[in-house]
This record gives sequence, C-alpha cells and structure tokens, in this order.
Amino acid sequence: MSGIVSYGSYIPKYRVKPDEIARVWGEDPENIKNGIFILSKSVPSPDEDTATISVEAARNALRRGGMSGQEIGSIYVGSESHPYAVKPTATIVSAAIGADFKMFAADYEFACKAGTAGMQNVLGMVDAGMIKYGMAIGADTSQGAPGDVLEYSASAGGTAMIIGRERVAAEIKSTLSVTSDTPDFWRREGQPYPTHGERFTGEPAYFRHVTNAAKMMMERMQTKPEDYDYAVFHQPNGKFPTRAAKVLGFQEKQYKEGLLTPVIGNTYSASMMTGLSAILDAAKPGDRILAVSFGSGAGSDAFHIEVTEEIEELHKRNVTTVRKMLEDVKFVDYAIYAKFKKKIVFGEEVE
Amino acid sequence: MGELSRMWREMPSRYRMEGRKCENCSRVYFPPRDICPVCHRDSIGKMKPVDIAGNGEIISYTVVHETPPAFIRQKPYVLAIIKLDEGPMITGQIVDSEPEEIKMGSRVKSVFRRISEDGKSGVIHYGYKFTLDK
Ligand SMILES: [Zn+2]
Repeated sequence: MSGIVSYGSYIPKYRVKPDEIARVWGEDPENIKNGIFILSKSVPSPDEDTATISVEAARNALRRGGMSGQEIGSIYVGSESHPYAVKPTATIVSAAIGADFKMFAADYEFACKAGTAGMQNVLGMVDAGMIKYGMAIGADTSQGAPGDVLEYSASAGGTAMIIGRERVAAEIKSTLSVTSDTPDFWRREGQPYPTHGERFTGEPAYFRHVTNAAKMMMERMQTKPEDYDYAVFHQPNGKFPTRAAKVLGFQEKQYKEGLLTPVIGNTYSASMMTGLSAILDAAKPGDRILAVSFGSGAGSDAFHIEVTEEIEELHKRNVTTVRKMLEDVKFVDYAIYAKFKKKIVFGEEVE
Repeated sequence: MGELSRMWREMPSRYRMEGRKCENCSRVYFPPRDICPVCHRDSIGKMKPVDIAGNGEIISYTVVHETPPAFIRQKPYVLAIIKLDEGPMITGQIVDSEPEEIKMGSRVKSVFRRISEDGKSGVIHYGYKFTLDK
C-alpha cells in the first residue's frame, strides 16, 4: 500500500499579533481575536518566498526520510503565491535538492488545496508505477490587502510530503475530492490582493465542501468519527475547522494536535498539510487520521491515513518538528511587518 | 545575458553548496575550484563534486549598515566568515537574528534564501545564507 514515506515542514520565524494590525487600522483587537480565533500569524523574512519555503520543507522531508534528492521522481508545488507568473517553483526546488534531470515536475494552483491536489497526483503516479518516490509541496506567502479581514490571517509556511510504495510511514488508504464552481474567493491576474465574496465564504464554500468530503470518505471506509485518532481540516481561521470538526462529530482531543492557525495564521496551501505534519510528529503506529483540505473556488480533498511502524524510524532522525518551530519565534510590529511584506514599496531604482 | 549564464552555471554551488574535493590530497574547496592550489597538476581530473552540509562556526563577523539596494529591507544585517565543518572558510549573511545575538564561535546552518532580483521583470537570484543553529 502506498502512502507518506517522509514529511517536512517550514514555518518562517517572525510573527505579528492581531493587536498590532488592529491598532493600525482602528479595529477592536478582542473582536478580531474572538471572531477568527487567531492570536498570531507567521510573517516571512524579506528574502523568503514560496520557493525558499518549499526548499526548506523539501530538505526537512529528505532529512527525516534519510533520502537524497536523486530518489525523487516527481515534484509538484501547490501555491497561490508562486514567485514567478511563468517559471515553475518546482524547477527551483528540484535544483536546490539536487534532483535528477530525468523527472516529472509542475506547479499547481487551486487556492488552498493545490498542495493536496499534488499529493493525489503523486499517489496516482506511484500506484501507476511511473515513479518510485515523488514529492508534493504546499507552500504560500499569502497576501491580505491592508486593513482587509484577510490581513489578520494570511500567513506563510510550507510542507512537503514524500509519497511512495516502500518504507511507507503513513498509508494513504483512500482519497477523494469534491469540486464546484463557487465564487467565494479569487484573485485576477496582475492583482496584488485577493477578493472575497463575503456571503459565500462560510456555508456554501468551506463547510459544504469540507463536511461533504469528510462524510463521503467515512462512508467509503465504513468508519465513524470515533474510529480516528486524529482529524485535520483546512484552517482559514481558528473557528472554521473547529466548527467543521464538531458538526462532523469529532472531539477536541482528535483535532487539537493539527490545529495550528491560532498561532501561525492561515498558511493557505500549507495549512492542512502542516497540520498533518504536526500530527505525524506525534503519531504512533496504528493511528488513523482523517485529513480534509479546502481550496476556494472551490473544492476539498479528503484522505484516510493509517500510520505504520515506519513512523518510529522517521521520529528517530530528529528533524525539527512543527511544535519546535512554534517555540522559536520573534514578534514584529506592524511597521516591520509592512516592510517585510513589501507593503511599503520603493521605486524600481531603489530596490 | 552574461550574468544570467553565470548564475545558471553556478547553481549547484549557490543553491545546494556543491563543492569540490581534491582526490589527491582530500582537501575540500568551496566555492568549487577546478584545480587544487596545493597539488596543482596532480589534481587535474581528480576534482570531484562533493556536497557541503552547510554546518559551521562563525569565526568573525561585521554588521553592515550601508547596504546595496537589494538588502534595504534587511539592514542592518550581519555578514560573517564561517568555517564550514568540511574545512573551507566562506563569507555568508546571517539571517533571522539581531546583530547582538551573534557571537564568535556561534554554530550556524545554511538556509535557502532570495539573494537579489534583476528588477521587477528580471530573474530572481537564490542562494545560501545562514541562521544560528540553536
Ligand atoms: Zn590537492
């Protein structure tokens, strides 16, 4: 049975608090915190982007798996913030990990579920015998317009999953997707910030896709919420995934390990995958995980995952865990945040 | 286009710190050299690619206040001389740290970062920098 052979994440070190953002825009910070349940979000350094975050996550995955870049037969990078409009991030990752010239690669785009779409793609290639091991990455340095509600959540991070048929640490027993044309969130070509169709963000978009994909998976696998040790959902804020979990019948002890948005914000394509990464850091052989991503536009990818004995080999390699990355942080104020995120712009001749 | 072909040629060393090892005397060179300065002619055809792990120690550093335009959002920043575990000494930027956190002998590890870009429509240059390894 094919599945996750290794995994690795990367979260930038800087954080900004909603109190800082609210102070600048004249909002009530308590209102924001209670509304979206985000207490801080990650901020990339000025020299970090989706490519650098992808490379760090990919290297952590290789180190944890005791693998070399030469073993990777395909790389798919899902993001809504690729550094180039035309020139794949996957090419930069392949060069940086020293992957072979003979390999499959492309970039994916499906709002926040482009990374998990990549996982499904790699899984299909492994099962078809096209490759031995492949890598799917979800990474973003997402942008929210200054003063917009998304500015409180849009953050940065990345997770890489190496999928294969041998040395599998977490079997992907099944995966399925749901898709519809829903105008909940979009960004037109050339626009720096996204737009959201307010009345569509909750019920018709996130909840409809996430809960249906989860229910369909449990129906297919003949499982109930109590059959899972962990559940992880896409995390646009701290409230939605908790509500989805409760609606589906999951308990806090099942979803708290993978719930990262309250401290790192919404890492978009990396959101559910980084939650899954944190779960794998803690998981034991035999654990069952239900993982469901969501991408605006809209769709959800669901995975039924079962952890094997190989997970202990991965834990032994002692690669930085997600929890560790949450400890070693530096807080910045809004001015530094705006400088780092290039919300303060210079003329072409200055920078 | 000269700069672009140089960047392309140097990608293995800039992206993932590929060095060269002289198989005559076992010395490791980074940035890579085509000829070993110790063995000269004896090293011809014996300079093999070797991966540098990117771990090392700060042996000297300076805080840069007058920065080139590409580093305007990062100033002041720390530029250090690092002795890599494999032997070579190189200059590298230390990121994600305040200058007062840096000490002689601090352990560092390499990270993959943006170095510069050729304007808003040009290519983005990536390469290695370092962070404190705590
Ligand atoms: Zn020599």
